[in-house]
Amino acid sequence: MTSERAATDTISYDDEIVKKFTLATIIWGIAALVFGLIAAIQLAYWPMNLNLEWITFGRLRPLHTNAAIFAFAGNAIFAGIYYSLQRLLKARLFSDTLSAIHFWGWQFIILCAAITLPLGYTQSKEYAELEWPIDIMITLIWVVFAINFFMTMKRRREKHLYVGIWFYIATIITVAVLHIVNSIEIPVTLMKSLPVWGGVQDALVQWWYGHNAVAFFLTTPFLGLMYYFVPKAANRPIYSYRLSIIHFWSLVFIYIWAGPHHLLYTSLPEWAQTLGMIFSVMLWMPSWGGMINGLMTLKGAYKQLIQDPIIKFFVGALTFYGMSTFEGPLLSIKSVSALGHYTDWIVGHVHSGTLGWNGMFIMGMMLWMVPKLWKTELYSKKLAENTFWISLTGVLFYYVSMTVAGITQGLMLNGIDKAGHLMYPDFIETVTQIIPLYWVRAIGGTLYLIGYLMFVYNIFKTIQSAPKAIVDEKIIVTYTGWSEKYTDGHRKMEGMGFLFSIMAFLAIAVGSIIEIYPTLSIQKYINPSQTTNPYTPLEIAGRGIYISEGCYLCHSQQIRPIPADVLRYGKPSTIEDSMWDHPFQWGSKRTGPDLSRLGKKYPDMWHFQHMIDPRTVTPNSIMPNYPWLLTKNTDFLTLRKEFSVLKNLGVPYDENTVANADIIAQKQATELSASLVSQGAPTGLDKKQIIALIAYLQALGQKEKINTEGVK
Amino acid sequence: MNILFLMIPIALLLGFIFVLGFIWAVNDGQMDDLETPAIRILNDDLIDKKLHRKEFK
Repeated sequence: MTSERAATDTISYDDEIVKKFTLATIIWGIAALVFGLIAAIQLAYWPMNLNLEWITFGRLRPLHTNAAIFAFAGNAIFAGIYYSLQRLLKARLFSDTLSAIHFWGWQFIILCAAITLPLGYTQSKEYAELEWPIDIMITLIWVVFAINFFMTMKRRREKHLYVGIWFYIATIITVAVLHIVNSIEIPVTLMKSLPVWGGVQDALVQWWYGHNAVAFFLTTPFLGLMYYFVPKAANRPIYSYRLSIIHFWSLVFIYIWAGPHHLLYTSLPEWAQTLGMIFSVMLWMPSWGGMINGLMTLKGAYKQLIQDPIIKFFVGALTFYGMSTFEGPLLSIKSVSALGHYTDWIVGHVHSGTLGWNGMFIMGMMLWMVPKLWKTELYSKKLAENTFWISLTGVLFYYVSMTVAGITQGLMLNGIDKAGHLMYPDFIETVTQIIPLYWVRAIGGTLYLIGYLMFVYNIFKTIQSAPKAIVDEKIIVTYTGWSEKYTDGHRKMEGMGFLFSIMAFLAIAVGSIIEIYPTLSIQKYINPSQTTNPYTPLEIAGRGIYISEGCYLCHSQQIRPIPADVLRYGKPSTIEDSMWDHPFQWGSKRTGPDLSRLGKKYPDMWHFQHMIDPRTVTPNSIMPNYPWLLTKNTDFLTLRKEFSVLKNLGVPYDENTVANADIIAQKQATELSASLVSQGAPTGLDKKQIIALIAYLQALGQKEKINTEGVK
Repeated sequence: MNILFLMIPIALLLGFIFVLGFIWAVNDGQMDDLETPAIRILNDDLIDKKLHRKEFK
């Protein structure tokens, strides 16, 4: 038996599926970049939305982020993992059928996202916007991927698991857990759901997910790929295998705790903020372990860096990885966050990671892999070289302009003179100041897109030059590392055991959530004397429109306890302010001012005019017009269902409010529109979305005082 | 904030899974050799040029 173990098999790898994922990556990449560029231009020149609701910033931005993360990076991850996994394990992928389900399922999810997001179906949780039916599909396809992956592992001939595979394993397990926990929601209709978590709890779960989406979707899988493709492309072993092991284990233990750095100075309890900050700073070390390992692999072979454009892409990617993982911990320090948070500095930071690290890595990986997959030569090395320099210039334009814009605006917003007054009391002053930089950013994005299109052309021509009939190569593979005790039976057990433990873990996690959930609805940190009233039915309807239009992407609802925020927006937000919010609307970026205490600050008519054309009340505003709010009807019919869900989630509505939610809402809408008519608005707006939205905006921060009918 | 009663156990459970993975890796000898794995991946697969469907015995 043992001697046979050392024998060889003749197999072929499944490269067809790698080719499919490769092509999907390349195509969706164009979409992600084009959406991003349109969004970028809209910030400098708002009419770029072409007066279409579907591509107005609030709906386009989630489309851009989802396309970039899950379509572009996601397909690239699957292509790279399936290519390297087979070769590292000396085994063909477990099942061609599962591979096909994985591929087409994932493309279908992307298609659903591309349809539902522009239509305004969103949960408003960043990078988890997709509604519940799509969430379920994501879970199922991820499980298909996991089975295909672990069963391939079970059938491996190479016993040793190369470090890259550990990164893949961490990705698969953690993404599954994050996605499930952040997606626990109760459906209201086919395309609407409410998260079971509310207020601060929802915020914490969301940013625990949000941060780890970056960590386990844009970092660990790419590091795993880096450990395969960089040594292969350079034909040199990784600088230190020992370092790779150390940095892998330290990374996976630290990453998951860093999420609260997205919530510094919010009403999240301070100890949790400090915990997140400390773990974020600790992350610097293991992150740089990866960067050093990648870059040092080329030690003594710098000639390759000069000659080989693919190596240039990898070095560029690793350098941006190093920069952004240095900047991340820096931004997580509370005093730095006070300046940088909610500004474009964060946008710059993120794009140095995505355009610099992920984008350049993907281009490098594809330029190396495509000629191998199609058994041909790269069409043009010179073109690849130019692609690199143009993309690099694009990222630098983007990063520098946004960092300068963010710091400029942060300093202006936080500026207080000697008398204790805000130096720039009008928010719009700080916006007009940075509009030139928004144009520079759009130039950077254009350059990157041009570079990317050159890359696509290069790939296209390469594939065109492929031989007509490509036969699957038969590979002779050897069993390596297996000792005598591994009979077939034992090996089967080992692989199955692994898969089973993962499945069992997921089952336990889901089970515990269901089990623990009832005890979670009591909110220990609430001050009973400061509790707030929940929103009225019309306000909830307006809140749905606020979410659907993506208002939270430019307006926060969280006033920090720092002097400038308090002077500008009012007293700091408390946990009680958002205690009934499913989902929370704290936001993460202030392209416009914070809205926590907007209610009653302006008359109803001001809001009416502001939504039709913001520039009539705020000259130079960059907010788009929302004329469709005057023509689209509010959905009153689903309010009863929504209220019964809210009541079940613990929001204190009485039976009457739930049973008559739509009637109560329409009554308030009639009153509000009558009052607007008396101020000069046109008649017949009762049922229009604008009325519900104004009701919601006027209720923001007003819930401690108002006693609305139907609310205890 | 009672959400922490869920999130901390999940984070610890994840950490625990990784500890188990680590222990398994050490016991399995995955980390005994920290030199050759880095070199081994550089070897290209041996392409079987003459025998396409014949089994090796």
